[in-house]
Amino acid sequence: MSEAARAAVPRTNRLGLALADYKGAKTTLCAGCGHNAISERILDAFFEMGVPPERVAKLSGIGCSSKSPAYFMGRSHAFNAVHGRMPSVATGAVLANRRLLALGVSGDGDTASIGLGQFSHLMRRNLPMIYVVEDNGVYGLTKGQFSATADAGSTLKTGVVNELPAIDTCALAIQLGASFVGRSFSGDKRQLSAMLKAAVAHRGTAMLDVVSPCVTFNDHEGSTKSYGYMKDHDEPLHEISFVPSFEEIDVEYAAGTSVDVRMHDGSHLRLRKLEEDYDPRDKVRALSRIAESHGRGEVLTGVLWVDPDAPTFLDLLQLPEEPLATLPAERLRPPREALAAVLEEFR
Amino acid sequence: MGVNDFSIQVATVNGSGSQSANAVLLRALFQMGIPVSGKNLFPSNIAGLPTWYTIRASAEGFVARKKEVDLLVAMNAESAREDVAGLRPGAVVVYDEPLGLGALRDDVSALGVPFDALVRAVTGDARLSKLLRNMAYVGVVAQLLGIDLAEVERAIEKQFAGKKKAVELNVAAARAGHAHAAGRRFAAGALRVERMDANRGKIVIDGNTAAALGAIFGGVAVVAWYPITPSSSLTEALIHYARKLRLGPDGKATFAVVQAEDELAAAGMVVGAGWAGARAMTATSGPGVSLMSEFAGLAYFAEIPAVIWDVQRVGPSTGMPTRTAQGDLLSTAYLSHGDTRHLLLIPGSVEECFTMAGEALDLAERFQTPVFVLSDLDLGMNVWTSDPFPYPERPPDRGKVLSREQLEKLGSFARYADVDGDGIGWRTLPGTDHPAAAYFTRGTGHDEQARYSERPDDWERNLRRIARKIDGARAAMPQPEAAGSGARVGILSAGTSRWAVEESRVQLRREKGLETDHLRVRAFPFADAVREFVAAHDRVYVVDQNRDGQLGQLLRLELPVELLPRLRPVAHVTGLPLDARSLTDEIAGREDPS
Ligand SMILES: Cc1ncc(C[n+]2csc(CCOP(=O)(O)OP(=O)(O)O)c2C)c(N)n1
Ligand code: SF4
Ligand SMILES: [Mg+2]
Repeated sequence: MSEAARAAVPRTNRLGLALADYKGAKTTLCAGCGHNAISERILDAFFEMGVPPERVAKLSGIGCSSKSPAYFMGRSHAFNAVHGRMPSVATGAVLANRRLLALGVSGDGDTASIGLGQFSHLMRRNLPMIYVVEDNGVYGLTKGQFSATADAGSTLKTGVVNELPAIDTCALAIQLGASFVGRSFSGDKRQLSAMLKAAVAHRGTAMLDVVSPCVTFNDHEGSTKSYGYMKDHDEPLHEISFVPSFEEIDVEYAAGTSVDVRMHDGSHLRLRKLEEDYDPRDKVRALSRIAESHGRGEVLTGVLWVDPDAPTFLDLLQLPEEPLATLPAERLRPPREALAAVLEEFR
Repeated sequence: MGVNDFSIQVATVNGSGSQSANAVLLRALFQMGIPVSGKNLFPSNIAGLPTWYTIRASAEGFVARKKEVDLLVAMNAESAREDVAGLRPGAVVVYDEPLGLGALRDDVSALGVPFDALVRAVTGDARLSKLLRNMAYVGVVAQLLGIDLAEVERAIEKQFAGKKKAVELNVAAARAGHAHAAGRRFAAGALRVERMDANRGKIVIDGNTAAALGAIFGGVAVVAWYPITPSSSLTEALIHYARKLRLGPDGKATFAVVQAEDELAAAGMVVGAGWAGARAMTATSGPGVSLMSEFAGLAYFAEIPAVIWDVQRVGPSTGMPTRTAQGDLLSTAYLSHGDTRHLLLIPGSVEECFTMAGEALDLAERFQTPVFVLSDLDLGMNVWTSDPFPYPERPPDRGKVLSREQLEKLGSFARYADVDGDGIGWRTLPGTDHPAAAYFTRGTGHDEQARYSERPDDWERNLRRIARKIDGARAAMPQPEAAGSGARVGILSAGTSRWAVEESRVQLRREKGLETDHLRVRAFPFADAVREFVAAHDRVYVVDQNRDGQLGQLLRLELPVELLPRLRPVAHVTGLPLDARSLTDEIAGREDPS
């Protein structure tokens, strides 16, 4: 086959689906918004992992980030719920049908402010799902107020300075019981794709905080979540191919090199050399590394913590393999004699 | 008061362990075939505050709270004087001797009992003797009323089933009380029990347990909750019985119960599960309902099944958390912002707690919308005598769900299209293995294909369709229950108010010669029969257990305007279950102001 002919045949995954089968509606987010880049990585990852789109449930809260599930994987069911409460909706959906691959998409406002309670309890339940925080340090959809992940000292375009300390969703998730926690950057195609694929393969809650610049309200000098800032402060950790459930995946991540990634909007991101010896199964070390990076004004990226064997919420609930949603009536309704026997107790 | 017609009030200190004794007293009467009901009037407190338990025997079968107390058992120093002062002339008080209540009033009969001395003969253990004092008053009361001691002992055995030592000690305490009061009967003929045969085949159960069983037999699969009185015992009973009734042979559960982080999350879990196709419910009370408001609107608008039990208590705010009311009618009927209108079921008996638990799950899936079941503390936490519950004969109604095969035939579907003319669209469940199955569920404006839309025509068409759908549910919901016919005066009630109304109608007839008809509303939006009932009566007293007459207000919002002048609110909220006497006096006074 000639080069040209090969290029004309659409690439398909192990299900025989083309990338187009993983596309969604046209985005309505701002051009250059980090969230769009994340959507691209998500659909790539699900395509390459050969996940049937019909098996996926996309869940989100409210915000620009939470809108984004409309813009990828149109063949998957989706639920754009209420602000900050996606974790509870996801919990109900997964309990109803454990065969769903639940993908939650949230924002930093949606997760770290209004939704902090539900986020925390989702993490501690280790519900099998992927939870992506598209973290821009602002409320994009309500036009640029600070969020609780904005770093102390960062400024808004209007000149307002954030005086309060930032909430680190990764540190929280690790502490609370999530079993896969990582941080990446919307502009880091390789790292984010690899991390998403690992998350797909993980059993339990995979929480990914993805720094995702808001080009409209938070991509300026005083912002610590801008392309410019991230370019200078992103400190990626190791490579992640040793996640046990992920071994079969080729992440093409060359350790010990530096990568220069060209973003879709034309900006560049340079990742620093990775550490080889970082062990993401050490919780204390993960937390101290996060704290250290804060001290240096750096953003530590990579898979920070993994516990592949942690029991999930489904294990604790002793649920059957079949989804509760589609159990036949005779399994949901005890027989006539059972009612008679119970009522006997009350005579 | 008289033979099998009296009320007993036991006044104790919360946490003193009187619950078992009161249950035994009630059971003994039940076993003697006498219609009996019990109500726990308790404080929001774990130990130390005054608490009362009332037991009513009624040969005629009245089970509402009786306003007058015929026999008081005064065990609590703190409330004793006020309790005695509140007695009607001619009543009887049994009191703990050191309280010295004997000379308080000369128009009541008083019997001081040295309970400490009585139980000292049974046990030397100080902690146990505190508990056994309670069973000693059961013995005393049994003696005074003529309750068969053998029935008391049988009830003790049931109460402490399998705990041999406890049975022995309690029987001994009851016997001691019984013996002590020997020969102490009061005015002959009055305040006495005789065996009847009213309870053959009956059960005694509280509404929350009945609701839990109804949900289990209704096929509930996902339950999310956050503890709040008076609803907690509903979910706790559900967990208890589901573990017995809903485990497969492989030990796997066909249900999931999650104690959520708050009611907001509980609602979210129910909505998520309902969306994904599981029968899902939560149980809460007023404060929890307030937190669920945003999700209620989402579920209404995105058209997702959800069942929410509201076991009502007194609000606003924390209010009186252990006291009963029906104050959430308005807030649940239109819960959330924008245009909403929810399906409400209003059980008026433990049997209806059972049947409506299943019906609510059916209605929620059929109409793809939240269904609120409005119980109350009186119904949920008190025990009631009932016929055994009927096994649900109808298969569960899972509503319009397109399978993969149906979708294959159709080729495509539009989630919010009204293809059948009933306003109810077809849905697919997430995970349906067909490329055309997916749709985007959202709280934002959408067209028939569930695509984002802010078009004025899309918005209006969609919202009007939902209104039609909800209106169409009226015929599928439990119809009101009518009693009497042809009277000029009507009484409308909902839920537990019916018990006081039923008794009040008899009082009005006997005492005033006033005939009334009664219509008990069991669902909202109101059935046509509600309008017809109002139209057929000159005056309609609308009975409410809240300050502002919320059932009346709902009627005002929903009935044709020309009928409104007929409505007369009779609204009270005291925290106590409604009694017939108050109703009778009020209605009689307004009918004949002379
Ligand atoms: C209950 C409620 N309060 C407030 C809002 C308004 N609101 C919509 S999005 C948003 C913030 C979203 O911020 P974030 O999650 O960071 O998303 P982003 O737009 O930055 O991606 C707020 C406050 C709402 N939709 N619901
Ligand atoms: S406002 Fe910011 S977050 Fe929202 S779409 Fe635009 S760039 Fe993205
Ligand atoms: Mg944001």
